[in-house]
Amino acid sequence: MPRLRSPKLAVLGSSTQRSASYAPRTSSALRRRIVLGALVLASLVLITVYFRESNGGALHSIQGAGATVLSPFQVGAERVAHPFQDAYNWFRGLANAKSQRDQLRLANDRLRRQVIQYKSAQRENFTLRRDLGYVSGPKFPSSYVPVTAAVIAKPPSPFEQKIILGAGAANGVRYASPVVTSDGLVGRVTQVTRHTSQVTMLTDENSAVSAVDLKTNAQGIVRHAQGAGGTLFLDRVAKQDRVQVGDPVITSGWRTGTLTSLYPRGIPIGRVSSVSRSDTSLYTFVQVSPLVDFNALDSAIVLVRKAQAPHR
Amino acid sequence: MTLPDAAKAAALLFVVAILQVSVFNSVTIFGGYPDVLLVTLIALSLLRGSLVGAIGGFFAGLVYDTATLGTLGFTSLLLLLAGYWTGRYGETTGRDKTHAPLLAVAVITVLYTILSLVLRFLLGEGESARSVLLHALPPELLLNLLVTVPLYAFTRWFVGARRVARAQEVQLIE
Repeated sequence: MPRLRSPKLAVLGSSTQRSASYAPRTSSALRRRIVLGALVLASLVLITVYFRESNGGALHSIQGAGATVLSPFQVGAERVAHPFQDAYNWFRGLANAKSQRDQLRLANDRLRRQVIQYKSAQRENFTLRRDLGYVSGPKFPSSYVPVTAAVIAKPPSPFEQKIILGAGAANGVRYASPVVTSDGLVGRVTQVTRHTSQVTMLTDENSAVSAVDLKTNAQGIVRHAQGAGGTLFLDRVAKQDRVQVGDPVITSGWRTGTLTSLYPRGIPIGRVSSVSRSDTSLYTFVQVSPLVDFNALDSAIVLVRKAQAPHR
Repeated sequence: MTLPDAAKAAALLFVVAILQVSVFNSVTIFGGYPDVLLVTLIALSLLRGSLVGAIGGFFAGLVYDTATLGTLGFTSLLLLLAGYWTGRYGETTGRDKTHAPLLAVAVITVLYTILSLVLRFLLGEGESARSVLLHALPPELLLNLLVTVPLYAFTRWFVGARRVARAQEVQLIE
């Protein structure tokens, strides 16, 4: 038997008029949408203006000032977290420490023998250069002043291979200065504020460095291999060049008239990890394993040309 | 939202943005790193609603872009959309559901990555979508889910429990 229902009002809280409860909700929804629209518009305007203006534009200047203000916070956070990162890296390193030790002992023996040979060759080279009156381009590292700086911000996303250093124009850093570590080339400075600078690493899509295979003298351009993690490749290597796995690759430091490469000759980049040739390709495909661990950069050295460096 | 509440939320997002830039971006595990800024924003949006989520996302994005010298407005746009969507989800279907933070983080992480790929492509900074979606996204998603529960609990403790306007009146229609 169906139950009879009569119209009734179930009041859970204070009784209010129905129409009165809808009005604020509508205005709240409207306000919410207006705020959202305004913020989306503001973001799009910021992106557009920032993207179109030059490095010295108004937004870039404001951002530079903001970065200067944020820099102490970043340095503080980095310092607080450093012991924890060290502990994490220490435990991670333990996993393959023994095998690394054995490899390093072998490498050490080999390097000792090489040092003796190189010292002899260096002396010979010096004498020959002096006798010939040989004129060379800027030398690494003697023609540069090193500015060592901590990495205060890491790559913001997998898309951008850029880091921020805690040294800027006030420390002598200049736009396009090469950046290295004790292992090898990191990249170059692509933005400078007063106290910070942005470094675009070799693993960025937009990076390219003219390089040379030290053993065969094969010339090419080192770029990032798309979708291959930290691996690089040496592009435009002629097919007749007999590049071999294990060959060291360094910056070539070319010079054409008044134009010179941003990078001086002789900065180590990596070692050839694979070489392949095909009948249809014009060039040899050379993969290079970088010497620098781009994921574990704590500090880097900016190379400032001695002519550009501030007097100290 | 009261002024002290807003100040708390702003302080939280500021600190987390700085930590993300200086610390968490380098904690690489299986090729990905936890996006604690995104997870914190999602937690805040679930607790405080869409308006706070959108404004907080915009603010956090500005701090992030400034600290990384990235394209100004880029992260702001992504985070404000993430905050707004999460807030709406919290105000409607996700209300009082215990799995809401995990679900929101999972969905938003995927959408955030796809949208940032699209935006990068539009700006001419295209990265291999295959590499990002197949190699970077899965570990990031996993790490984000792992930090969701503690970060949600912390955010709730820091800014206070959810304040959602409850229904005052139910009228049964004849």
